[in-house]
Amino acid sequence: MKLLWFHLMPYGKLPDDFATKHASVWVDVDRGLFDPVAAHGMYNDYLDEMEFAAEQGFDAVCVNEHHSNAYGMMPSPNVIAATMARRTRDAAICIMGNSIALYNPPTRVAEEMAMLDIISGGRVIAGLPVGSPMDTCYAYSQNPSMVRTRYHEAHDLILKAWTAEKPFDWNGRFYKMRDVNVWQRPIQKPHPPIWIPGGGSIETWEWSARSGYLYCYLSYYGYKLALRTMAGYWNKVRELDLEPNPFRAGFLQFVGVANSRQEAIDLYREPAEYFYNRCLHVDPRFTGPPGYLSDNSIRANLTSQVAAAAGAAQDRYAGVLSKVQKNMEGFVDKGYLVVGSPDEVADQLRKSATDLNVGNLMVLLHFGNMNKDLAMYNTELFAKKVAPQLRGMFEDKWENKWWPKPLQKSARILPRGMAA
Amino acid sequence: MSDPETRTVAVNGHDMRVLSKGRGKTIGFLAGLAGIPCWTPFLDLLAEQYRVVVPSLPGFPGAMGHEDLDHLLDWLAATLDLLEAAGLEGCDIVGSSIGAMLALEIAALSPQSVGRLALMSPLGLHDDREPIPHIWARRAVDLPSYLCAHAETLVALQTAPEGADAIEWSLSMARATSAGARLMWPMCELGLAKRLHRVRQSTLLIWGGKDRILGPLYESLFKEALKCPLESVRLADAGHLIDIDEPGQAAALVSSFLSREHSTHETEQLASVSA
Repeated sequence: MKLLWFHLMPYGKLPDDFATKHASVWVDVDRGLFDPVAAHGMYNDYLDEMEFAAEQGFDAVCVNEHHSNAYGMMPSPNVIAATMARRTRDAAICIMGNSIALYNPPTRVAEEMAMLDIISGGRVIAGLPVGSPMDTCYAYSQNPSMVRTRYHEAHDLILKAWTAEKPFDWNGRFYKMRDVNVWQRPIQKPHPPIWIPGGGSIETWEWSARSGYLYCYLSYYGYKLALRTMAGYWNKVRELDLEPNPFRAGFLQFVGVANSRQEAIDLYREPAEYFYNRCLHVDPRFTGPPGYLSDNSIRANLTSQVAAAAGAAQDRYAGVLSKVQKNMEGFVDKGYLVVGSPDEVADQLRKSATDLNVGNLMVLLHFGNMNKDLAMYNTELFAKKVAPQLRGMFEDKWENKWWPKPLQKSARILPRGMAA
Repeated sequence: MSDPETRTVAVNGHDMRVLSKGRGKTIGFLAGLAGIPCWTPFLDLLAEQYRVVVPSLPGFPGAMGHEDLDHLLDWLAATLDLLEAAGLEGCDIVGSSIGAMLALEIAALSPQSVGRLALMSPLGLHDDREPIPHIWARRAVDLPSYLCAHAETLVALQTAPEGADAIEWSLSMARATSAGARLMWPMCELGLAKRLHRVRQSTLLIWGGKDRILGPLYESLFKEALKCPLESVRLADAGHLIDIDEPGQAAALVSSFLSREHSTHETEQLASVSA
């Protein structure tokens, strides 16, 4: 089992009445709410937290890309990943990921990820998401019915840019390039492991499985709702006659650890309620741009059980806002948040990982407006008392083919002042 | 209303529905945003005087193929192919909204392909003084009220009729919205302003007084940019899709224009004489 420490970097000073006075946390989020000086403190606290997580022995730190979004302040995850490449030593740097359809030319992504892989000594995980409708179609005004096609071409171009022996020309549908020559090729051969973050799209299940990539379900609504989605994914894997290796899947879970369940509920109530009630206040008018879903997905949404699973995945955004729990008791009851003593959390996560069959567990130990001290307390308790109970899961039976293969430690150059 | 004749033509390897009805001179109709799922009262009124031919643009109800079209040039080539396949080459064209915009583009770039133009609420321009709302950044349930002053009429038109496959019908409606968005996302102009001066055809413009997409400024912008013989009329109670909102008044204006106007050729002759 791999344990990855995931940060969203939310803006921590949204007002109490945000959900009633403001339309959306995303896309047209009120610019007047952003205070750069306050954000200076947040970014630096968050970077401290990620570095601390790496020191505590998490297998990876995760960054991600969002635009015009007050719950995700990483429009450029590569900027954050660059600081991690220098300030961490052994942890993998999981970039979840670059929304490659947004970049023209996409070779910029190939270049930056290669640079990060080289600087970090081969520790990069290359997450390549299609990207949410809010980020791609609204914040970046990409044409919704072209995003997926553009994405696939960008993927093919990036792969070739990483692996081609010689410079090449690219005469694609969307990208026209001469003399493509991403000179900084990644350390990892043929390229860093590719992970596909998804929200439950049927096409993404099939494509990532066929391509041999890891599929990662990034839900904010916990293991209970994820069961249907992951069942849909594994059904697709079996349908394609591929092995149900749990390391080909990842899953995101909010976690709050304390000395007891009640203490955890008390400690994490405020940041959890902040996250679910303010950070997920997404206006539904930005969640379903016309053309973003294929005919097959729409038809399936209207008809089949496969799409019931995909539909559940839409919970990630605002699909079922009316049904989303509003308080800590609801979050815990529905499994959005796993809380408790270290043993209780470990038991629940072990069961969830088994039920979901996921070998890569991304944990959100900072959420909402949690302060740095609490985030580090949560992180340390998890690392010291929960993680040891989860390590080793699945490893006796399955090979993890989706994890970075860095340079040997003796071959890695460490930043000045960093102990080997 | 009696049923129209339905046939299918192939454009870019995709089937496109062509509806037609009526006798007399052949005119074409290019529908507005969302297309038309079936024959409408507006078309029926026109069919009293004309043979009205209604090809479905790619992706609009009755047609596929919009996902092969990446740029405006692709759309214009497909529209030309469609007009030819439907037997509308050189015919007078009635257009609404996005269909009116495409008719103007065709008239500017391939003037022999269309005759006179009777256009309702043409899209294609954008002015920051009256910005066009991003209608696809609205809740789906609110969209009909952006398109029509009488939203219930549009909703009724788009509701699956008895006996229809409800799922495929819904998919067809969703596809139509996607097709419009594919051409114009993020509800922006595509450079028509640079080409409007090339339009030579006699043109009628009809505007909706309750149009929530095009404000009054757009009438003056089109009047200023178009150098062709031009009439412009405003219907006080119509929204954006004038043919859906006010079929009687719109059909009367179009019929009157097409019955009395000169052909393009005649207009040019008159223009050269007067010059």
